Amino acid sequence: MVENRPFLTFLTHLFLICGFVVVALPVYVAIVASTHDAQTLMSSAVPLLPGSHFLENYTQIFTNVSAANGLPSYPLMAANSLIMAVVITVGKIAISILSAFAIVYFRFPFRLLAFWIIFITLMLPVEVRIMPTYKIVADLGMLNSWAGLVIPLVASATATFLFRQFFMTVPEEMMEAARVDGAGPMKFFRDILLPLSRTNIAALCVILFIYGWVQYLWPMLVTTDPSYYTLMMGMKRMVAVQDGEIRWNLVMAASVLAMLPPIVIVIFMQRLFIRGLTETEK
Amino acid sequence: MASIDVESVGKIYTGGVRAVTDIRLNIADGEFIVLVGPSGCGKSTLLRMIAGLETISEGEVKIGSRVVNNVEPADRDIAMVFQNYALYPHMTVYNNLAYGLKNRGTPKSEIDARVAEAARMLEITQYLDRKPRALSGGQRQRVAMGRAIVRKPAAFLFDEPLSNLDAKLRVSMRGEIKRLQRRLGTTSIYVTHDQLEAMTLADRLVVLNGGQIEQIGAPLEVYHAPASTFVASFIGSPAMNLVKGELHGDRLAIGPAVIGLKGFAPTSGAVTVGVRAEDLRVARADEEALPFRLEYTEELGSQRLIHGAVGDQQVTAAVSPETELASEMRIAVDARRLHFFAADTGKRLPGNVPAEAKLAPAEPVV
Repeated sequence: MVENRPFLTFLTHLFLICGFVVVALPVYVAIVASTHDAQTLMSSAVPLLPGSHFLENYTQIFTNVSAANGLPSYPLMAANSLIMAVVITVGKIAISILSAFAIVYFRFPFRLLAFWIIFITLMLPVEVRIMPTYKIVADLGMLNSWAGLVIPLVASATATFLFRQFFMTVPEEMMEAARVDGAGPMKFFRDILLPLSRTNIAALCVILFIYGWVQYLWPMLVTTDPSYYTLMMGMKRMVAVQDGEIRWNLVMAASVLAMLPPIVIVIFMQRLFIRGLTETEK
Repeated sequence: MASIDVESVGKIYTGGVRAVTDIRLNIADGEFIVLVGPSGCGKSTLLRMIAGLETISEGEVKIGSRVVNNVEPADRDIAMVFQNYALYPHMTVYNNLAYGLKNRGTPKSEIDARVAEAARMLEITQYLDRKPRALSGGQRQRVAMGRAIVRKPAAFLFDEPLSNLDAKLRVSMRGEIKRLQRRLGTTSIYVTHDQLEAMTLADRLVVLNGGQIEQIGAPLEVYHAPASTFVASFIGSPAMNLVKGELHGDRLAIGPAVIGLKGFAPTSGAVTVGVRAEDLRVARADEEALPFRLEYTEELGSQRLIHGAVGDQQVTAAVSPETELASEMRIAVDARRLHFFAADTGKRLPGNVPAEAKLAPAEPVV
């Protein structure tokens, strides 16, 4: 809206600032807490100004944090998280774009049924089907393996649905023109659909990477071997110490570090990401 | 270059809906055929069956002498221009033109040469590096044409290619399509719902209605001797007046009015009488005429359309702009200019083909 009313401007800013504070405060507290030593955090309320132990806390993360709790090293956990997030992202996009392609562009028996089955899984939260999924993975002997970590999470109804909606906005004549131009189905997919979907793919990359990165429940269920621990599990273990005190300064430093990759991804893909969500290129 | 033969072709969609019935059409090499009809008449379906984008339920389509019923569109040696152009938005104009050739494994040097030639012909050379988004509607239309031209196909198929353009551009692109087709001599099938486009472009018109052919003929032939009331009302603007009348010997009664036919009556009894607006004129005082109650007028500049009623039936006449108007007028028509159609079937009754149609025979210009 283009309006010049000072009070309205004030009001919009007030709401924006309130919203910003609510969202950003926990992050700020975590950053601040990661710069104090353990005593300060244990003895009083969390200070609101940065302390002087920044370097010390962050170097400790990479050296000796884990030994105490039987955790693998921080870099290993970070690498595990990264592998899991990347494989899930790539896998989800590859599978869902191909299934959407099949559903939209091919006429085969039970096509609609297939779509609805995919669509219905959207309505079930992961937690509801986690026990049967665990049973299957366990029976297939995939506990404590990359396959067990990734495969159950690698299909995405949401992404399939998004790609389907996008493909349906691509004019049918585009496919017909490609057919007349001598492009078979896969050539049409590669030469026309894939380039047209690139902003959608970028947007999904961001969303799915973060989804994979913050996975907690599933990795915790299927892995008992510390060498498969992801960051999210590691941090949980750092809090759940049996005796002795929780080293909040290190937990917070670990959290802050864990926030970085998604931020990097968002910044890196921001332009494509926003375009993908708002604009359909035709 | 090739002839196209459509032999008893029909289309039934899954679910049993019949879109096209028993179409027989022989298109000579180099001929420009226009399929025209109202929306839903099956003209696009027929074109898409020839293109291979729809399966053919009945009959055969031959391109050259080859039956192509089960041949993929890409292997039929046709090129198609779509209504919304269907340009590939992420490719430059050059790549849009070259894509079909690349898929056929044409050598790079030849692709370059053909694209350059087509671009020159269509005057889009300076846009070759642009994406379709950066082009105007008319330029996109040219690119779509270019994509068809570079392939040097046996036939061009046009699916209402001009309906997304504004009126002025449509007229100039129409001329351009005609010029290009003449120059390349490629057999063309053009689908449109615009009767003016059909009249101006076609060597032969195919008027479709309800999935069936109503009439095939040269534009003037169809204009001067429409085979049915449907064709009569569809071709020509303003539409031909169709009124109910009754023939008594050599006299024609339209409502309360009766005029003599000077021996041009083809039959007797109830008929539908057709007369073009431009064949009606204001009657002289001493001749037989129809009483005409004026309702409103439309000024076209070169002529004036007067709308009104004869008895209780609507009639439109085109008169010169200087004509004096009155609320009650008398209009006359030369009996030779009347068209008679059977009152029940709407089919043309034989024996009254106006002189013009004989003067301009159906001659496909190759």
